[in-house]
Order: sequence, then structure tokens, then C-alpha cells
Amino acid sequence: MMTRNQTEREEIEALLPWHAAGTLSRRDAQRVETALEEDRDLARQFDLVREELGETIHLNETLGAPSARAMEKLFAGIEAEPKRRQRRSFDLAAFIGERLTLFSPRTLAWSATAAVLAIVLQGGLLAGLYLGEPGSESPAAFRTASAPTRSFAPAGSYALIGFTAQASAADVTKFLEAHKAAIVDGPKPGGLYRIRIAQAALPKSDLAAIVKQMQDDTKIVRFVAATE
Amino acid sequence: MQATSDEALIGRIATGDKVAMQVLFARHHVRVYRFVLRLVRDQTKAEDLISEVFLDVWRQAGKFEARSAVSTWLLAIARYKALSALRRRPDEELDDEAAAAIEDPGDDPEVALEKKDKGEILRKCLTALSPEHREIIDLVYYHEKSVEEVAEIVGIPENTVKTRMFYARKRLSELLKAAGVDRGWP
Repeated sequence: MMTRNQTEREEIEALLPWHAAGTLSRRDAQRVETALEEDRDLARQFDLVREELGETIHLNETLGAPSARAMEKLFAGIEAEPKRRQRRSFDLAAFIGERLTLFSPRTLAWSATAAVLAIVLQGGLLAGLYLGEPGSESPAAFRTASAPTRSFAPAGSYALIGFTAQASAADVTKFLEAHKAAIVDGPKPGGLYRIRIAQAALPKSDLAAIVKQMQDDTKIVRFVAATE
Repeated sequence: MQATSDEALIGRIATGDKVAMQVLFARHHVRVYRFVLRLVRDQTKAEDLISEVFLDVWRQAGKFEARSAVSTWLLAIARYKALSALRRRPDEELDDEAAAAIEDPGDDPEVALEKKDKGEILRKCLTALSPEHREIIDLVYYHEKSVEEVAEIVGIPENTVKTRMFYARKRLSELLKAAGVDRGWP
């Protein structure tokens, strides 16, 4: 009995195999169910579809399974593959660029701060290498920025100093020699270094005078202040 | 306890996790093997092909975008490999196989009817279908693939999937009729 127009019936008929397999969307399944209730010929054909489905499953299930050879061959192939994490020539720019794309702006801001500090730290190490301490036998006595500070700063007169960006290593060396000073610690936050101005504890007025002289050398010094 | 999803396994395989590869293989290799075997009709060849399919998964896992189910992806790779293998075989061989599947003197219509084993005849006729028709019937009935998934695996439009399935069933009915089983359709 034909209760629907031919086009719609053909559409439903085409969906019967998927309805039998249970892979239709809920909406299509409902359409098919409704049509099956109303169309006896369609329902009879659905029985044929279910028959085909059952025998197709039966046929496939009798095909057996592959031997262990398939898995052995697969894993032999995997073993023969190049290792996943191979060492490649390291492209620093690509490495940084790749990771920067993964970070949030906030993370990038923190990273930039850390990078600046790292550069300042390098500067400090270089300054230490170049300058050393007056009176020491080695002109380039090495200090790590993280090394304990007090052990290198016995009694004496000290100041915190920041150098200008344009000051070269030679300028800084000349400046420190002129003032008989030596870097004993740093860099600290803000790119400041602790320098020893005298081996002895100078009177405050004398120390202030030396600091004032240093402040006047604005090409080399951007900041200087007495400290303990 | 919930089993690791196929997608999670693929993610681990992409990092070189061989145990994840074993789990995925154990989960899917039989069905993939049967799908390939139905196409190439050669057990040794089918075993070789499934090794190649899963080796491709090992290599390509990092590129899997999860736009389709992992099983659909596996069948698509398997199909490509099976068809490539078939293209390397002479056409006559395929025709002979199809003919042999139908022309079985022990299963002429009368004898078959005497056996009254309609299911057996139906399975014989399913085997005698062309690779194109076998494939779509297996994908829909055995591998439980939706219209959209079959379209993705076979690489044809969804309407063509429905049409091809219809003609595969029609051909099956014709083979059944030739074998003495008239289903009254089409």
C-alpha cells in the first residue's frame, strides 16, 4: 500500500540498511519507523534488509583473524622506523618562535622580564670578568651573581651603582679605577651593582662626597647611592 | 574503569608510545583484516596489508585531526591500500574469482533449495558481489558505518553512497534469483 509520495518512499527505502544497522540519526530513524508502520511493502523489504545484515555479519565472522605474523611484521616495521625524538641541528630562532606562539600575553610579559634580567646578569658576569677587584692579583677574578655577597664584602664603604646603557666595559673599568672602586655584587634588580669604594669604613661625609663625584659622571653613571 | 579512547591512543602513538600502538592494534586489527580480506581475497596479502595500515597509523598519528572516528580513518587507509594491491593484480584473476564464487556445482539452485539453507546461499551470493558492492555492504552492515562515514571512507558523495548501496542490494537479489531464491524484490 502506497501511503507516501514516490520520492519520499524511495528516500526511506534507501535508508533501510542504515536503519537496520542502527546508524541513522534519531530524526531519520523516526521517519523510517513511521514509514514502516504505514507501508506494508516497505516493512517487508525491511525484513529482507535485516536478513542481509545478519548474513553479512555471519559471513564476516567466519573470515577468521590474522595470524601473529601481522603484528610481528608491524612492530618490526616500527622498530625499523627512525626514532621519533631525533636530535636535529638546533635552530634557536625557530625554537623560540615556535614556543612564543603557544604563550599568553601575560606569560610573554613575564618571559620578557626574565629575559631582561638574564641579559643584565650576563652583563654583570662580564663586568666581573673585566674588572676584578683592585689589589687582587688576578685582574679578572670571577664571581657568580648568585654567590653569597657578604663573604666578598668585608668591612668597608659601599655604594649601589647603575651604569648607563652606552657605557662600555672600558668606560666602566676606567671609572672604577679612577675611584679606586670594585664591583663586589650584582646585578641586583634594576641592573644595580654593589661596589666597594674603600677598604675602611669612611665617615659619612667623605662617602657622600665620593658618591657625589660619581653622580657627576653622567655619561657612565645613571644612578649611585651610598649603602652599607 | 573506562577504556582509553581511540583518540587518546592516537595521541599517545604520536609521541612514540608503542604500548598504545599495541592496544589500538588489538582493538581494531581483526575488523580491518576482514575488511581487507573481503576486498583482496588473499589471507597472506590481507595480513601484509593490515601491517602496512597500522604502520601508516604509527607514521601519521600526529596528523590525525579527529574529524572522524579512528575506526573510519583505519578503514579509509585500509581501503586505499587494498585497492592499490588489487590494481597490481591482473583483471582476469579477479573475474575468475568472482565466477568461481558463483559457479559452484555443489550449489546449483535445485541442490541449494533442497538444502533449504537460504542463509548459506545468501552468503555465497554476498561473496559473489563485485568488490565495489561487497565493500559498501560490509561497511554498512558489518562495520556499522553511517552514510557520512561510508562517504568519507570510499570518497564519494553521500547520495552516491545510498544509490550504490541500493544497487548492491539489487544485484544481490539478482544473484539470489539466479541461485533459485526469489525474494520478490526488486
